[in-house]
Amino acid sequence: MAPKPVIKVRDLMVGFGDQIVLDHLSLDVREGEILGLVGGSGAGKSVLLRTIIGLLPKRQGTIEVLGVDLDKATEAERRALERRWGVLFQQGALFSSLTVRENIEFPMRENLSISQRLMDEMALAKLEMVGLTREDANKYPAELSGGMTKRVALARALALDPEIVFLDEPTSGLDPISAGDFDELIRTLQQTLGLTVFMVTHDLESLYNASDRVAALADGKVVAEGPIETMLQSEHPWVKTYFQGKRGGMLADRRIGA
Amino acid sequence: MGEALLTSELKGERLELAAAGSWTAPHAGELEKLVDSVAAEASKAKNVSIDMKGVREFDTFGAWLLERLMRQWTSTGRETDIVGMPEHDRDLLEEMHAVNRAPPAPPKHENKIVSFLAGVGLAGAEFGRGLIVFAEMLAAIGMATARVLTHPRDFRFTSTVNQLDRVTWQAVPIILLITFLIGGIISQQGIFHFRKFGAELYAADLVGILVLREIGVLIVAIMVAGRSGSSYTAELGSMKMREEIDALRTMGFDPVEVLILPRIIVLIIALPVLTFLGSMAALYGGGLVAWLYGGISPDIYISRLTEAISLTHFKVGMIKAPFMGLVIGVVACAEGLRVKGSAESLGLQTTASVVESIFLVIVLDGLFAIFFASIGM
Repeated sequence: MAPKPVIKVRDLMVGFGDQIVLDHLSLDVREGEILGLVGGSGAGKSVLLRTIIGLLPKRQGTIEVLGVDLDKATEAERRALERRWGVLFQQGALFSSLTVRENIEFPMRENLSISQRLMDEMALAKLEMVGLTREDANKYPAELSGGMTKRVALARALALDPEIVFLDEPTSGLDPISAGDFDELIRTLQQTLGLTVFMVTHDLESLYNASDRVAALADGKVVAEGPIETMLQSEHPWVKTYFQGKRGGMLADRRIGA
Repeated sequence: MGEALLTSELKGERLELAAAGSWTAPHAGELEKLVDSVAAEASKAKNVSIDMKGVREFDTFGAWLLERLMRQWTSTGRETDIVGMPEHDRDLLEEMHAVNRAPPAPPKHENKIVSFLAGVGLAGAEFGRGLIVFAEMLAAIGMATARVLTHPRDFRFTSTVNQLDRVTWQAVPIILLITFLIGGIISQQGIFHFRKFGAELYAADLVGILVLREIGVLIVAIMVAGRSGSSYTAELGSMKMREEIDALRTMGFDPVEVLILPRIIVLIIALPVLTFLGSMAALYGGGLVAWLYGGISPDIYISRLTEAISLTHFKVGMIKAPFMGLVIGVVACAEGLRVKGSAESLGLQTTASVVESIFLVIVLDGLFAIFFASIGM
């Protein structure tokens, strides 16, 4: 039996002006999996992510997250739901006037009534879990490198121990080694914390290393969905080019050879 | 939530704890208090066992609190057994076992007097640095001007016209309105107080001299500092934050020449133009109030004006205007380039830009007053 879906998107339509970005799209994300969402530039990956977390309005369709229909949820239910997911934005979106520690503590301070001591300990613990040290805790976001920013943003996304984590291009802008480390980090955290991860990515390597299933977005729809092997067999022209192309092909050979 | 998250029972020298329910973030506040109270209780016991069978949910908050409790006991030589914990939760506990091991940073010892003195020193240094930045910007603009004069083709004509539209043309309505009102107010006050001596006609002298020499240019400069100076700082600051200025530099362009020089030239043109328009509006407003409030007919007002004011007064105001434009522009651009990475610093620098440029405009006005007095203008 397949695990129950934690995110259920049905017949979703999103557009700007006369341009339709997502056209009757349906997608399931299952509990405890890492789903990688791929697609060409401008295919609407980030739009889908932003629509699910409620930053963009949709024209039609339903979105259900953790069993709650977002259209029918009351303000209070929505807020409760938002505490159960964490989002890692593409540029990190750290609050630039707060230190790293304060950034991680921010969701805790707003949502939990815990002592400052516990908050500090938890913030430092999360920071260590994402591979940074306590020396980094008092830095400001402007003093961090790209990879560190992503790590801090991940720590902030994990601050409240969410059940779902949305990652928008977590490895973009990182060098291959850092990107590999980051994939591994997401894997490890997902296993220890039992997270469901929804990951938008361009990075083939991360798809191979980190994701359980992949969904490919083209022409406003999910054109292929399943493990990497399914992707490799897909006949859709874009998916074929993407996974069998020069860069994709090398990784595919490795996978098949292994 | 009826069930207790943590219950304890002391059996001889053994403290038996039973955990239950959700050991998760939403209950962390409650849990923390329980854990702290249990920690105190354990001082009587030799060893401790924790039964985790009843725990339904367990996350890093729960795991850390448990770990914290165990560390406290371990440090006083007590043994802790954990029973009934699922494998999965054990991994999480393991993870938390590894964190927060480094000793906390030693607290900084700060002498209040020393830190006060240090604050004063830093503020002084910051002020000095501000002056240096101002001077540097002035020098950079001078050099860029020299370069543009020798290579007129490098001058950013389109950008200049665009800025001219924003800073001059679009500012006209608000400048006219404000100066019109100020002129009216000065006229009203003049008439009101001069009436006691039967000298209300001299309100026209007051309006004319005050507006042309001082108020016209000052009001316009303050308005422009608030309106265009702040937007220059914010624009350049956000370009700095997004590395656009670095990008320009790497492409072999001089940001001062491309971005700053056109803006400053525009301000140097805009201030005299706006000062002229503003002064006229203020004289007009003064005349209108004199007529409606003081009963001084426009003919008499104008003839009083022609007698009271001379070209000198007009020149005094207009000569000052371009210098004020230069000061506002230099401060705004220098502050814009001092913006660092954060949104907060953008706000700070924008505030600093407006405050400094208004301050400098007034200081400059005072210096000009001394200068004109000594040359008899």
